[in-house]
Amino acid sequence: MKVLVIGCGRVGSAVALELRAAGWDVSVVDEREEALGRLGDNWSGEFHVGQGIDLQLLRHAGIEDADAVVVTTDGDNSNIVIGQMAQKRFDVRSVVVRILDPARAEFFRTRGLNVVCPTQSAIETLTNAVRAFEGALR
Amino acid sequence: MYLLIAGGGKVGSNLARGLIRGGHEVTLIEQRSQTFDRLEAEFEHQVHRGDATELFVLERAGINRPPDVVVAVTGDDEDNIVICQLARDRYGVETTIARVNDPRNQPYFDLLGINPTVSATESIMGLIEHEVPEHGLIHLLELRKENLEIVEILVDQHAACAGKTIRDLALPEGSRVISIVRNGKAEAPDGSTQLAPGDSVLAILESGKEDELRKVLVRQ
Repeated sequence: MKVLVIGCGRVGSAVALELRAAGWDVSVVDEREEALGRLGDNWSGEFHVGQGIDLQLLRHAGIEDADAVVVTTDGDNSNIVIGQMAQKRFDVRSVVVRILDPARAEFFRTRGLNVVCPTQSAIETLTNAVRAFEGALR
Repeated sequence: MYLLIAGGGKVGSNLARGLIRGGHEVTLIEQRSQTFDRLEAEFEHQVHRGDATELFVLERAGINRPPDVVVAVTGDDEDNIVICQLARDRYGVETTIARVNDPRNQPYFDLLGINPTVSATESIMGLIEHEVPEHGLIHLLELRKENLEIVEILVDQHAACAGKTIRDLALPEGSRVISIVRNGKAEAPDGSTQLAPGDSVLAILESGKEDELRKVLVRQ
């Protein structure tokens, strides 16, 4: 099974390492060469430097035969358009997109994207923590 | 008409100026604070500050009315795409116009059905093709939805097709000669029409087959 991870920050790099450890063929794309450092000294997957929106680069990185694509660059709008391209043009079976803005996350979820919104998760976790404390006081 | 313009750079601000002068109602959205301050001095309440890909910014600027046209002319192609998708699919705006900054991103606009698009590079390229005859093939019209193009080819003295009849040309599949302009007069050609140096040939063809057509009509 092959996965393309676009955006190798804290999240993307950790996802890439976990999936590699689980036996996936992992191909990582990031615009900064230094991002390779996040994958450790013994990275055994692929690493490509360039913009995630660059179709030539995506093909070179293997999007055409990828089973899954994880899109976690630091730009919500880049993630939204790259995710839609992976899903609609390259017919990748599993596309997961990170969107930080809860409003856009909700909207693009209704448009058929598989969206992860860490901000929304944080909002719920934080609110629930306070509500639990409030409950314990009663 | 009521228009919402996202991006208040040179393109957006001049569009706003022209439209307001023409009696239209315009709201401009600009994110960069320095640019916003400058715009506010001129456009006052008609400019809003914020990221036009944020729903609350669009809503504050009046997208729920909805505008007759949303124009996305920021310097960021991903932003322009998302603005148009939100305008059309979430707020029911019927017409969106987007700027393409990097022509290599055009496939994203096409895939997501965002049109019309405007690209300065493509426009200049079109002008060059018009102005430089040795390029051989001039793009006259692109029917993007239909995936067709109408092009004009000047038949050179040494061109492979000079002296041949249209029937004898191995034209690429799906292409057709629609008119021949000779001595300033347009003729409707048939298979027996012979091409002569100096003719200007109008042809319709599938986008992407220009090189095949060029081989048949231009190369020696």
